Amino acid sequence: MWEFLQTYGPRLLDGALVTCAQFILAALVACVAALAAGLGRLSSLWPVRSLSVVYIELFRGTSLLVQLYWIFFVLPLFGISLPKFEAGFLSVGLNVGAYGAEIVRGAIQAVPRGQWEAGYALSMSPAKRMRRIILPQALVLMLPPWGNLMIELLKGTALVALIAVPDLMFVAKQINGATFRSAEAFGAALVIYYLLARVLITPAMRGLERAMARRLGRA
Amino acid sequence: MDLSAYPLELPESDRPMVRFMNVTKSYGSLVVLDSLNLDIQRGEMVSVIGPSGSGKTTVLRMLMTLETINDGVIYVDGKPLTHMVRNGRLVPADEAHLRRMRASIGMCFQHFNLFPHMTALQNCMEGPVQVLGLPKAEARARAEELLAMVGMIDKKDQHPSRLSGGQQQRVAIARALAMRPRIMLFDEVTSALDPEVIGEVTQVIRKLVAEHDLTMLMVTHQMGFARDISDRICFFYKGRIEEQAAPEQFFTNPQRERTQQFLRAVKDAD
Repeated sequence: MWEFLQTYGPRLLDGALVTCAQFILAALVACVAALAAGLGRLSSLWPVRSLSVVYIELFRGTSLLVQLYWIFFVLPLFGISLPKFEAGFLSVGLNVGAYGAEIVRGAIQAVPRGQWEAGYALSMSPAKRMRRIILPQALVLMLPPWGNLMIELLKGTALVALIAVPDLMFVAKQINGATFRSAEAFGAALVIYYLLARVLITPAMRGLERAMARRLGRA
Repeated sequence: MDLSAYPLELPESDRPMVRFMNVTKSYGSLVVLDSLNLDIQRGEMVSVIGPSGSGKTTVLRMLMTLETINDGVIYVDGKPLTHMVRNGRLVPADEAHLRRMRASIGMCFQHFNLFPHMTALQNCMEGPVQVLGLPKAEARARAEELLAMVGMIDKKDQHPSRLSGGQQQRVAIARALAMRPRIMLFDEVTSALDPEVIGEVTQVIRKLVAEHDLTMLMVTHQMGFARDISDRICFFYKGRIEEQAAPEQFFTNPQRERTQQFLRAVKDAD
């Protein structure tokens, strides 16, 4: 085992770094997409609303792997070619963003109506009410389900190995193919994925939740 | 609805602070307010009382434009609130007109509705800074002055979750006043409070009545308080003003059968 790590550790580490990069970029895409589509679903303009619904249904209702293949293999037929790295995090981010949009919408709707009315009574414009009053409170409600989603997203990035993005899963598969030491190769991948979720994402989300609670004067 | 019968603006000689003109509000077939006509004069304190479902809260919410109306026109300081003038005719108001008009109206709610992610001071600065565009320092000075007035200056850096109901309601009053409204609306502001803290809120409202020339409209269940501070009592019953009179007259010598019944029931409950 020790000798396996000595030999393949650096490559696994490189793969893990690519996974981290994919995760961070996909998370950014997911945040932006979720916020846009979540707000869009609540818009008073029907074209905006329909566009959001189409996005959410399309990306939530079909397989991530199929979406990944579409973006990487099919879009070039329509003249849109993306390098594999970009196609990877974009697919994963857009897929998770569709789930996130429903979290955003639910959280916004869960902010008590009285908060809207108080902002209204101060003559705030709809945009200001959303930005200054509703979103900060909705954010607090979003965080716990959002943490869940981020772990899903991390694991989802493993699929980008299938379009040859050299992430952790891709490296593990390569090592397995070269050595047939499946237990060590996939075992190492398993542990690293778990540690990334457990050591990075969970504490980060906890920290955010605590910071938010402090902002509400509850801590 | 035909708006041509309504003036574009009330004449100088007949310009109450608020005028409801044939205002009707219904939800489907349920008529909440039936052709309401009501004037509130400058500096007047009017208390609205009545059984639940009588439409009294709706009156306040319509004036805050939180509710749309189905018929009639509401005027504030002679200008149409619910409508605006376009090409010499009244048309339903757009968002910008409503926002401009309601800047002169402040409202306090039964459940306070303070912003939980802001301190008491920030709650009172939010409107002046974000809506009126006041510089932060000026908004802060104004907020501190008002928080002192309602007796909450020592709690200015607390979040609402750390304040009692009475304290939250006093901050909410300061928040509304920070916008320098000319009309203040109080919607059952003591109904959600524990009995022992009601006094601290009514004290603040008494002070407002005594020291400011705000026009005020208050929905309340506290008959004694209404009697003490109001210039006029309006009794609502089934979407109509059943009776209105000066407090002494209203409480000692109610004319209408419904009013007498209501006052008896309130007395018995106490």
